[in-house]
Amino acid sequence: MNFLSNLISGLSLGSIYALIALGYTMVYGIAKMLNFAHGDVIMVGAFTVIVAVNSVGLPAVAGILVSVLICVVMGVLIERIAYKPLRSSPSLSVLITAIGVSYFLQSLALLIFGSTQKSFPKVFNLEPMHFGELTVKGESVETLAVTFIIMVALTLFINKTKMGKAMRAVSEDREAAELMGISVNRTITVTFAIGSALASVAGLFFGATYGFIGPYSGSMPGIKAFVAAVFGGIGSIPGAMLGGILLGVIENLAKAYISTELSDAIVFGVLVLVLCLKPTGLLGKKINEKV
Amino acid sequence: MKKSQKKLRKSTVSNLINYAIVLAFYLVITVMIQTGNATRHMKSMLVPICVAVILAVSLNLVIGFLGELSLGHAAFMSIGAYTGGLLSKFIANQFPQIPVAVRFPVSLLAGGILGALFGALVCLVVLRLKGDYLAIVTLAFGEILRSIVINLEFTGGAAGLKGVPQDASFTYGIILVFITLFVIQNLVKSKHGRAIQALRDNTIAAQSVGVNATRYKLIVFSLSAFFAGVAGVLYSHNYSILTAGTFDYNYSIEILVMVVLGGIGSIRGSVIAGALIVMLPEMLRSLQDYRMLIYAIVLIVMMLVTSNETLKMQLAKYNPVLIVKNNMAAKKQKEEN
Repeated sequence: MNFLSNLISGLSLGSIYALIALGYTMVYGIAKMLNFAHGDVIMVGAFTVIVAVNSVGLPAVAGILVSVLICVVMGVLIERIAYKPLRSSPSLSVLITAIGVSYFLQSLALLIFGSTQKSFPKVFNLEPMHFGELTVKGESVETLAVTFIIMVALTLFINKTKMGKAMRAVSEDREAAELMGISVNRTITVTFAIGSALASVAGLFFGATYGFIGPYSGSMPGIKAFVAAVFGGIGSIPGAMLGGILLGVIENLAKAYISTELSDAIVFGVLVLVLCLKPTGLLGKKINEKV
Repeated sequence: MKKSQKKLRKSTVSNLINYAIVLAFYLVITVMIQTGNATRHMKSMLVPICVAVILAVSLNLVIGFLGELSLGHAAFMSIGAYTGGLLSKFIANQFPQIPVAVRFPVSLLAGGILGALFGALVCLVVLRLKGDYLAIVTLAFGEILRSIVINLEFTGGAAGLKGVPQDASFTYGIILVFITLFVIQNLVKSKHGRAIQALRDNTIAAQSVGVNATRYKLIVFSLSAFFAGVAGVLYSHNYSILTAGTFDYNYSIEILVMVVLGGIGSIRGSVIAGALIVMLPEMLRSLQDYRMLIYAIVLIVMMLVTSNETLKMQLAKYNPVLIVKNNMAAKKQKEEN
């Protein structure tokens, strides 16, 4: 029973990673860039909830909506100002710009909120659930349920709608997509909007699970989610979901049964092992090189 | 015939200019220290500048010349820092009669060699990987190493390693910068350097003319890690306490920023950017809380200005060097006509 409850909290942590990893992987697939500032969007989202609920006094649902809205606007703005001018530049330049944006968001949060961590409001008032001997935290259930719904919705959006089709086309071959009349810029904007919305939801769950948020809170989950995206094969949406969930489960089980301090090392070790055996991640496509 | 013998090759001149820049920097600072014009603050930045320059130049070898993105440079550095620090501490305690002039170079060499071994190990693991996958594995190695170091006893754990003798000085630092520049510049210029760059430009084509990709990847990774290790030893002998938390992926990213800001594949750029990145936060110190914010904005604006083609074209109109060059080219063409 202990194992089961560890597994469930691992799944819940993993679904937070998966939500962030989806943003990474979609942006990578479509804009061909590593958006290192993505992790900090989580932090901004969580802080927005704190301000909206604790300081302004909005009800929790309104606070969450405001947070999603602000993150979407911010994500699109960042793309417009910092990434769009570099569309045709080498990918490393864009990577460094993304790191600059990440520093910017962190230091801005540090200026506004200070370095002490702020406690996250009780957004979900769920009682722990009991299944026989098994007790599951309310947040875990909520996280799992919402993530599941989001993932189904996202998969439907990508596979069934016109915009989703455009996204798949741009990620496959940007130039050909442009020739077919798809607006690449609009597609990229929508990708950033969706990625940021997912990140703000992830920020909400992250805050609800850990209870505290500081200016650097987004950094580590961001990196872990990046690892998850690579783990599943970067650019692949099912890969990000699978990678995120696996990573969360491995991390939680390692914490419970091996060592709390070494759990990060184990997570990264598993990643190295998987990439050694499968160099493009679990569900990544193998690209044949041509001269 | 005679003329071409006398005239130095363009790359040689370029390399000599790099040495001259470092030498000039050393002389200016030494004069300032001698005449008492250097503030304590300035002096405290000198060794970190050398460390940053060595790190940036050695990472540029991997990124600029081999064309692979490594996010684990700080890990190689931490190997050197801990090896050198522990060795120096051991020698200082057990054999106090050994002078610093022997102790420090021995530690430098040991730190470099262990760094190189670790670099070779990482390289062997990532041989099959490319691009972002390679980047994430190097990052993963760095994080694994950091977690392990924090959990070990003899490294001082999370509290840090104390009591490393403070052997590092600006002169040592500059000598190491010279050695790094000498080795890496000559490697890049040599036959092997051309093979490495051929691998970067087109791996399959290079392999088909007989370039051994595995061998050169190993050479580049271990050499780059060697100098990162040396920089680590220099770093650990400059501060009284060494904590594993310093060498996280953010530090690797900072080194990457130096390389990209200075220009990928430009050694002179790495030297200048390495020094600048260390000095910039200090120069902005008077802005206090806004320091990191300004630093972030400077970083973004710099990348936008240097990487955006249209902006670059606009700026080139006002660049005096380019204007003279273009005028001369135009004149030459006129004469030929």
